[in-house]
Amino acid sequence: MRYLPLTDTDREAMLGKIGVNNADALFRDVPAAAQLSGPIRDLPMHMSEMEVERALSTLARQNLTATHVPFFLGCGAYKHHVPASVDHLIQRGEFLTSYTPYQPEIAQGTLQYLFEFQTQVAALTGMDVANASMYDGSTACVEAIFMARRVTRRKKALLSSGLHPHYVSVAKTLTHFTDDEIVTQTPGLTAGAPGDDVAALIDAIDDETSCVVVQNPNIFGHIADLSALAARCHEKGALLVATVTEIISLGAITSPGEMGADIVVGEGQSIGGGLNFGGPYLGLFACNQKHVRQMPGRLCGETVDAEGRRGFVLTLSTREQHIRREKATSNICTNSGLISLAFTIHMSLLGEKGLRDLATLNHARAVQVAERLAAIDGVELLNGPFFNEFTLRLPVDGRAAIRHMAERNVLGGVGLGRLYPDNPELANAVVIAVTETPTDADIDVLVSAYEEALSC
Amino acid sequence: MLNAQGRETGVGNVDAIVDEESFTGNRALMLEEPLLFEIGGSSRTGVDLPVPPKVESRLGGLERTRDIGLPGLSEPETVRHFTRLSRQNYAIDMGVFPLGSCTMKHNPRLNEKMARLPGFADIHPLQPIDSVQGALALIDSLAHWLKTLTGMPEVAMSPKAGAHGELCGMLAIRAAHEERGDPRKVVLVPESAHGTNPATAAFCGYEVEDIPANAQGRVDLAALKARLGPDVAAVMITNPNTCGLFEPEMIEISKAVHDAGAYVYCDGANFNAIVGRVRPGDLGVDAMHINLHKTFSTPHGGGGPGAGPVVFSAALAPFAPLPFVRHTGKHFEIVEEEQAFEKGDAHRQSFGRMVAFHGQMGMFVRALSYMMSHGADGLKQVAEDAVLNANYVLRSLDDVMTAPFGADGPCMHEALFSDEFLDGTGISTLDIAKALIDEGYHPMTMYFPLVVHGAMLVEPTETESKAALDQFIGALRTLVGRAKSGDADFFKGAPYHAPRRRLDETLAARRPVLRWMPPAVAEAAE
Amino acid sequence: MSLYFTEDHEWVRVDGDKARIGVSTYAQEQLGDVVFVELPHIGQALDVGKDAAVVESVKAASEVFAPISGTVTAINDALEADPSLVNSSPEADGWFFTMTIADKDELSALMDEAAYKAFCADL
Repeated sequence: MRYLPLTDTDREAMLGKIGVNNADALFRDVPAAAQLSGPIRDLPMHMSEMEVERALSTLARQNLTATHVPFFLGCGAYKHHVPASVDHLIQRGEFLTSYTPYQPEIAQGTLQYLFEFQTQVAALTGMDVANASMYDGSTACVEAIFMARRVTRRKKALLSSGLHPHYVSVAKTLTHFTDDEIVTQTPGLTAGAPGDDVAALIDAIDDETSCVVVQNPNIFGHIADLSALAARCHEKGALLVATVTEIISLGAITSPGEMGADIVVGEGQSIGGGLNFGGPYLGLFACNQKHVRQMPGRLCGETVDAEGRRGFVLTLSTREQHIRREKATSNICTNSGLISLAFTIHMSLLGEKGLRDLATLNHARAVQVAERLAAIDGVELLNGPFFNEFTLRLPVDGRAAIRHMAERNVLGGVGLGRLYPDNPELANAVVIAVTETPTDADIDVLVSAYEEALSC
Repeated sequence: MLNAQGRETGVGNVDAIVDEESFTGNRALMLEEPLLFEIGGSSRTGVDLPVPPKVESRLGGLERTRDIGLPGLSEPETVRHFTRLSRQNYAIDMGVFPLGSCTMKHNPRLNEKMARLPGFADIHPLQPIDSVQGALALIDSLAHWLKTLTGMPEVAMSPKAGAHGELCGMLAIRAAHEERGDPRKVVLVPESAHGTNPATAAFCGYEVEDIPANAQGRVDLAALKARLGPDVAAVMITNPNTCGLFEPEMIEISKAVHDAGAYVYCDGANFNAIVGRVRPGDLGVDAMHINLHKTFSTPHGGGGPGAGPVVFSAALAPFAPLPFVRHTGKHFEIVEEEQAFEKGDAHRQSFGRMVAFHGQMGMFVRALSYMMSHGADGLKQVAEDAVLNANYVLRSLDDVMTAPFGADGPCMHEALFSDEFLDGTGISTLDIAKALIDEGYHPMTMYFPLVVHGAMLVEPTETESKAALDQFIGALRTLVGRAKSGDADFFKGAPYHAPRRRLDETLAARRPVLRWMPPAVAEAAE
Repeated sequence: MSLYFTEDHEWVRVDGDKARIGVSTYAQEQLGDVVFVELPHIGQALDVGKDAAVVESVKAASEVFAPISGTVTAINDALEADPSLVNSSPEADGWFFTMTIADKDELSALMDEAAYKAFCADL
């Protein structure tokens, strides 16, 4: 029992001080019917560190990992190289084992990096302010829908067909018992602009619309100019919510803020985070100053201490659940503290130059791979403009092709049948993401794997 | 009072406030650190990247033209910046962190090592199912532990934190009522509940009504029974409750709630007190979230990421959210919402998806690593030691502080005090907390629960040694003595030795400065 | 011009067919440092006893209920830049909004200054 410092001698002395004979006496309020006589059955007894490590390593080895095979998956989660110092720094106990900074005098480390994080996210998205992070991109997205409702006092949200289908599902689930109205569209694979429904959205905005939610680059990798959509939203008194699931893209393309978005949400996992099979991730949330009091989640602000020195505190907390209770802007409680720290560190290492170079590298390699794959007989590249992710139409079922490649140790993309099982138009499509991580050899293997998968 | 090295640690040390200013503003190891925007540069970077291949841009005319405004640092500067920042934080690794209701226990480093195995850390959530069988086996194994420890038949793994888990549980309750065509409007919440509870119930479209506590700090069963009726959808209860007390009438409470056609939601924040000793399923609970970052030692990380799986009774199991892992003979699969359910499928009534992917895998690995380390026997000992430590603190302080429920018997995993012992001193709970900082401790939870005045809630957890507790108790007794002897000015000024003195929260809220601006821009905005 | 108070510590200064609304000195003392006031918008119809504004201190947010029914005719923009006016001058410069008086009879349910002083003394 290596995590328990009390010895039997200690326990005896402490029971004596308390004035009871044994530990059972401390549980006397538990009804007899619910008292267990011994350790719970059906579970193993304690194990040494070595045994646990052995057992878990065995499970880990049963997975095909991005570390070990050519890897090209995206669709809301991306593999990027994270510098070694990031993981080292976030494991410092002062960060790792601290709590939410409710005692600011002894939490300036956390508070200052949150302030830095908020500044970085605001700059990157082109917005005035950002919060101290949320659970992930999908939950940040639905929070934006609720915020638009509070700001506009309207209830109808229009969701673009280019929005990640899981984000759409989350929005539907969380509005199921509210009286919000979620309007969704079925995506189409228009050649040159898959999932682009800007024109249709512009037509659909009416006086009841609280917000339009778009994703850029969208689930198919397509990128679009949102300026006209933003202008139409503002004309109608609605908000434009822009979702960014590949945050590295903002090193290369114009930010949603510059295009006129009112709220920018995103998945920040690409910077500092790992794939982690889907979590923990990092929800980003940014908006303009005038809406800040309607914003969900924690905020860190600058102030001074009793000696006049600059310091930081959590602020505007009256928006939050522990004070507003049933009138809170959200029931959200934690943020993704440690992942936002990883983001801040990685972003500091990159800087303006590093981020731009990284984005350029991602784009260039993706273009290269797209062109090589599009040259394969029967393969059609559907994208016009894209960043580091694109959609191919194959002559065969996309999921089957991806599975076939995985059996040969190539992780070659996401078959859209996985995300849209009810949409036969998308069954043959695959989405491929190309970051800085695959080697030239990996790319050669990928191209051969597609050729091979299509020929059988 | 002597410290572990045999030196005096009593009153006197704290008075030495040094006014000497240093050139740097630093005080030896207490180092000032500017914002990275004040030390970084737009051409500086801490990464080396290969030269990109020359291609024709396909950005469709959307190339970024304006600067982002993100300064960079080289690697040595980055490491130093964040190392210096880290030293301005208090943490479990540094000392006792008795924050009530937060279960700040030791975070084993084996967990960190296991979570970083590439087989868990470097797999994509949308990889073909056959390529992630080990990951699914891990989720299934953790699910088995959670179901067995709680005596509940189903668990939803995807919720990302405690509050998210609450939402999951309440959505399932709402879905169950809707399914029966019985839309009920009211959720009852005892006044000692976590603040998230009413927020969550309201989010699910329910009206919230308070249920009073009785003189013993427990739910007033008679008042609850009197209020139960056909309009009540659920009762949200925390057990052990936020006063650190077990609800002895929990089985009767559950029975009354079920008899009224409602469900029992239990906030599992305080599961650490009973893990391995009591199964919430035996208490009649229908849904309960489990904070893996509390009971199962995943790190709090300065405010997340957490994880909040929710266990369900048989009555609510069909409504559990997607996705989840299912075992089919020799093979694991993920059931995702997009799969059409066949008639008779147990999960046909699922209320939907709460997050983009499968939940907090990184936290699952850590939690399972912890559970396996402790085993069924170790977890039982965890609960016993957590409760023992809390009672030891209670009985070592209740002669000098006010323990409002102390006379009624033992507490569970946390000891609750009110500020009555400070009456007439002009010193508040906040002042005691800030003075504890100078003694090298993180303060206890303050002003919560609301049912006692000026609450101080101390949760030592099982990972504190007796020696560490003795020193903490000594520090608190000394401070209490000093407070009672009337030294309000000293307390009002505390902390003196922290990286910052008390911070002006009014200023921060009146004129919110939420990001750094270049000095010229900031001035222009004034 | 006559002055009324509610049990929720709002004051109502009646001037002809209009009323000006704010919170009392006692209320601001209880609130502590006010950091933000969320005001209704001009033209908004208010029902007696229903939410009209929110006043926030660092750690608390309190609803301000409409003391009478009517329509908002003006709001105190100065509170946006300087919410501390609620602390420094609660019953003058720190006013919240003005409104029409839909039903003069509703005023009879309110307290006059003397009654309010007695009410506060009992708290």
